[in-house]
Amino acid sequence: MTTSTVTAPATGRAPKPPAAPDPARLRRRRRIAQWGFVAPAVVFMLLFFGYPLVRNVVMSFQDYTPRTFFTGEAPFNGTDNWADVFQDALFGKALWHTLVFTAGSLLGQFCVGLALAVFFSRRFPLNGVLRSLILLPWLVPMVVSGIVWRRILDQDTGVLNSFLDIVGIGGHTPWLTDPQTALLSVILVNIWIGIPFNMVMLYGGLQEIPKELYEAASLDGASAWRTFRSLTLPMLKPVVTVVLVLGFMSTVKILDLILALTDGGPADATQTLGTLTYQNSFVQLDFGAGAVVGNVLILISAVFAVFYLRANRTEGK
Amino acid sequence: MPQQEPHVVEALQRKGLGRSRRAATSLAAVTALVAGAALSGCGQQRDPGVYTVMNSSTDESYHRWDAQAMARCGERLGVTIEQQSVPAAQVMTKALRMASSKSLPDIVQFDASEMPTFAEAGGLTDLRTLGLSTEDIPDGIVDFGSYQGTYYGAARSVNTLALFYDQDALDRAGVRVPTTWAELRRVAKKLTQGKRYGLALSAGGAEDGVFQFTPFMWSNGGDETKLDGPRVVEALDYWKALLADGSLSKSTVNWTQADVNDQFMAGNAAMMINGPWQVETLNTKKSLHWGIARIPVPETGADSVGPLGGAVLTVPDTGDETRQRTAGRIVACLAGEKEQLTYALNSWMVPAHAKAAAVWRERVPELDALADQVAAARSRTAKLGAGWSSVSLALQSAFQSALTGQSSEAALRRAQQRATSGNRGTRT
Repeated sequence: MTTSTVTAPATGRAPKPPAAPDPARLRRRRRIAQWGFVAPAVVFMLLFFGYPLVRNVVMSFQDYTPRTFFTGEAPFNGTDNWADVFQDALFGKALWHTLVFTAGSLLGQFCVGLALAVFFSRRFPLNGVLRSLILLPWLVPMVVSGIVWRRILDQDTGVLNSFLDIVGIGGHTPWLTDPQTALLSVILVNIWIGIPFNMVMLYGGLQEIPKELYEAASLDGASAWRTFRSLTLPMLKPVVTVVLVLGFMSTVKILDLILALTDGGPADATQTLGTLTYQNSFVQLDFGAGAVVGNVLILISAVFAVFYLRANRTEGK
Repeated sequence: MPQQEPHVVEALQRKGLGRSRRAATSLAAVTALVAGAALSGCGQQRDPGVYTVMNSSTDESYHRWDAQAMARCGERLGVTIEQQSVPAAQVMTKALRMASSKSLPDIVQFDASEMPTFAEAGGLTDLRTLGLSTEDIPDGIVDFGSYQGTYYGAARSVNTLALFYDQDALDRAGVRVPTTWAELRRVAKKLTQGKRYGLALSAGGAEDGVFQFTPFMWSNGGDETKLDGPRVVEALDYWKALLADGSLSKSTVNWTQADVNDQFMAGNAAMMINGPWQVETLNTKKSLHWGIARIPVPETGADSVGPLGGAVLTVPDTGDETRQRTAGRIVACLAGEKEQLTYALNSWMVPAHAKAAAVWRERVPELDALADQVAAARSRTAKLGAGWSSVSLALQSAFQSALTGQSSEAALRRAQQRATSGNRGTRT
């Protein structure tokens, strides 16, 4: 508020045409002022995003060990870390698991989320109550969900198998204990976690579509499926893009859920790039190797960010 | 104020003055924030009468027992001892970060398997130069706290694994406590009834599973330096046989040691491999009459070699010798005979100090088997030092593969390759 008192005299002079100052000086001042406004944001970005990013890239070319914390020395070792990581059979596995996990989770979350969003956009009793109940998984911390699901999915004493046993189908499914099924189980749990987010976003998008369009469609005699395909989906496209990109970003870097559910096991069947980074950096304390996997993860996210920005730009035109 | 705004904005635009001033203000604010954040990261002046111990006693009862011990030692030495507890998995990374910002606490309690990593990085002080005596400490436990011959860590208590059994279940089945592998297999099979498994153990990821595999590997003469050796393969085959008999749950690969204890307490397993830290929980179930025995051995007369577990108190090298000497005295008090006994009686662990252990044996006769097991136990890092973490990761993956269908031999061969090539952390 100091600004207003400082400039108060200027207000008094306002009706008078200002004495023409040196235009070059004025421009320079304006330029400085403009940069001044941008500067805090730039400083913030450089400090909290730029620096760690650059540091992570640099670290991936260093022999960064526990000793480094004492001596401050981390000799450069060329591409040793990269070669080590890429030669490790676990890296290829983890990359594949990450892709399957991300694709599977997004597909499941999106389809169920969309179906629920369409369902809830109709009016019926208890709609609001049910809709808020479905938000619950979103409210539960990831680690808590992980631990609860680990119990539910236990092969002998888990609720799910007990239920399946009563129903009479597959009561002994080794959800988390067989390398063949563990990844699928983890994906299913992550779908459960992601449904609320997808549903809420898509529900919001559906509310934005003008009702007249639906009236027009029904007057034209369009079937429900036709209306959905030619009206709802195209109108929903911007929201769909946002949902998928945000979903991708949060899914590809998954760590906590997997640590709580399987710890990457059994037999590395659920190792992803996230858990591999964690294992390299914080279990083996080989920070160089951890940085390599981290960089790969950032690179994957960056590629998708570029796609997203490009899609947004073409839409804006 | 609002009605004034248009004029102000107008004037500002014309003069360009208020703008830059505002910008300057925000710039200054950001600079101050950044500088503040940077400065607060630097080492603070240490309070001469206050010493800090960092440990992983986040559990309420352990935190309380430690606080009481520290209060007693602080009073005796005329200093204030503060306890800082972080989750066990974070002690190492937190200590490393503190090392780089020169703000290490005076004493750090590391898990003994992690201590060599910190010692190798050059972060610890030789406790003998600080005046600590190892006279009454058994050799095995001195080794447990040593790295490359230097005594860096004083253990307050140690623990190991043993066979816990449900006495009533054994009585009903008319079987005796097994002492050999063959007996264990037979008894476990006999005790497997309905929803109850004969035996529960942890083959989960992370260190828990590896900790549980070591007594089978070592008692059979296997060794962590050669994971694909025939003795290790045999040990893993034995685990596979227990699973194939149906005496072990298939969920074994997903269980931590705490899960194993839950299963045993719920009556889902008649016997389990576990450690004394579960005793406090076990005793909450009054109807359960449990007993404890040494882990069965491959053949009659063979030594039952368990893994030595527990934490050690270390004095990080902070460069301040006066403080380090006092820290050494604090460690000597906390790991002294009297405090060890108090701590061991509270926590059900075995005292490291020989005299304290002798008293403890008399006071807790039901855990006698555990004291025997500890006496013959072995440290995981004795041979590999800081290289243990790589071998441990490879071994986890191997027994999980084997228990879920692969042959033990192939799984362990791959593990050995991975451990050899993956020993990046110790590369020089």
